[in-house]
Amino acid sequence: MALLRLSSVSKNFGGLAALSELSFELEAGRIVAMIGPNGAGKSTVFNLITGIYAPSSGSIALDGRPLGGLNTNRIASLGIARTFQNIRLFAFMSALDNVMTGRHARMHASMLDSLLHTPGQRSEERRVRERARELLAFVALEREGASYARNLPYGGQRRLEIARALASDPKLLLLDEPAAGMNPREKEDLIGLIGRIRDLGVTVFLIEHDMALVMNVSERVTVLDHGEKIAEGTPDAVRRDERVIEAYLGRADGTAS
Amino acid sequence: MAGSRPGGKAARALRRGAPLALGLALLAYPFLDRNNSHVDFLANAGAFILLALGLNIVVGFAGLLDLGYAAFFAIGSYSYAMLASQQFGLHVPFWLMLLIAPVIAALFGVLLGAPTLRLRGDYLAIVTLGFGEIVPQTFLNLSQYTNGPNGISSLDQPSLFGHPFGFSATPYYYVLLALIALGILAARNLQNSRLGRAWMAIREDELAARHMGINTTVTKLSAFALGASFSGLAGVVYAAKLDLVSPDQFQFNVSVLVLSMLVLGGMGNIWGVILGSFVLSFINSFLLPQSTSLAHAAGFGNLDFTNYRFMLYGVILVLMMLFRPEGLIPSRQRAAEFHEAQTDPKLAAQEQAEYEGATR
Repeated sequence: MALLRLSSVSKNFGGLAALSELSFELEAGRIVAMIGPNGAGKSTVFNLITGIYAPSSGSIALDGRPLGGLNTNRIASLGIARTFQNIRLFAFMSALDNVMTGRHARMHASMLDSLLHTPGQRSEERRVRERARELLAFVALEREGASYARNLPYGGQRRLEIARALASDPKLLLLDEPAAGMNPREKEDLIGLIGRIRDLGVTVFLIEHDMALVMNVSERVTVLDHGEKIAEGTPDAVRRDERVIEAYLGRADGTAS
Repeated sequence: MAGSRPGGKAARALRRGAPLALGLALLAYPFLDRNNSHVDFLANAGAFILLALGLNIVVGFAGLLDLGYAAFFAIGSYSYAMLASQQFGLHVPFWLMLLIAPVIAALFGVLLGAPTLRLRGDYLAIVTLGFGEIVPQTFLNLSQYTNGPNGISSLDQPSLFGHPFGFSATPYYYVLLALIALGILAARNLQNSRLGRAWMAIREDELAARHMGINTTVTKLSAFALGASFSGLAGVVYAAKLDLVSPDQFQFNVSVLVLSMLVLGGMGNIWGVILGSFVLSFINSFLLPQSTSLAHAAGFGNLDFTNYRFMLYGVILVLMMLFRPEGLIPSRQRAAEFHEAQTDPKLAAQEQAEYEGATR
């Protein structure tokens, strides 16, 4: 069964159709990319999956469970974590606290536990701190635990967002342009990191403009243009698809698509 | 790691030892200084420290600017006045009221917090300002229950093991000292917890916080509730000590005063907030009245420095904003916000030590 299923999802903002009748499935354990020109509706797809927007029509289901009507925090605790196109870390919290906050949905300490620091609360904090340290090491930030998120270099901030997202043990990780602003060396590291995340059993769904990275890392690619799916398949097949070439480069006769 | 940095151990010992020494000194104080007016001043300052610790949870931790915090102080005070006096013939014991009043105040915290959940920044501040005005006005107008502008007087005297507190400030001083100690402990525990991180996450980026699975509704309401409960406590002790509550004790200037204490001391930092409240209380109820009586004794009979109170607050706040906007003892985060560009190696080392201490 598909991990995530979008069935004829449309989203209109006023008269503007940001997304029309989008259907696709994500299989568990895959690395899948979504590409498309600017304004194609890619980020809208993420915002619909995480419940920031409600679909105008159609439905989204995780593991067969419809997500319609659920709040963002509820959807997050069901196992969907994400990063943001414009990094949205907790700027004035330490890197370690950022990752520990990412674990929020999997923690049990109540308000009273937090107030009294009960033995259960203490041991949970210890375990979560340990786990957060492991995740910092996983994204090669083990020396930066005490730094403010905002004082990390750009690439480090991108990786910290990934560590924070992984802290909730998600089934599905949404990466919104993870390579944006990275240098070639960092991109190479990112490719390795995405592979290791999949090896943890996490399904990865990414939006990316960097074609080299997309072709290198993803097993399937979905292409959006003007809010519609125009192609889907292996990176090689998509690369040769005429509609995709047209969407990115315009038609051979010179008229814009 | 501690061994690799000379002075690290000493610094930590100082951090642990200083509050202990201060606590012992404060415990001994009433025995050393037999001047009741000094103890009385300290007890009043203690009530404001409790208020500031509570407001710090709402404004400092969760980043929700509350300009009507005096409302909860009023609710705490009036709870005691109505439940422990001749007013309704109810005489709930003082000690029991210390448990009941914070719960009542917390409930009102939730009630008044709920309509503001969707608001942020200026809009939140304006609505809380409104609530701060509505509550004392309500107590004023419900005159059949509250005696209107006259307030409620002759409240029950607290007593411990059959000994009434009487007119000495000393018993109240000790009650407040104990409550402040508990308040510090509670605030520290909250700060380093799942809930505390959720508050800070909301303060930093509410949308990202929701993506962490944080229920922002419940989390914000818990900040309002816990913050209000501190002022419920302060209200009970303050009312019992003063033996009177009236609506004019809880005007807007009280909310502003407590907020100024946070700004002066260092928002988000527990010790900073305590220092800020102490300094402003000292100016307000000791320095200005004392210098006025000195002036009177020296023959300047028409000079009243207490009238310059708000001018002085204004000057202090302007000077703070110019020279030390992060407060006297800032939290790490505030200091960084105001001094992004400068990196102080000493501060960095201290941060590292605190981090290691906190994560051991």
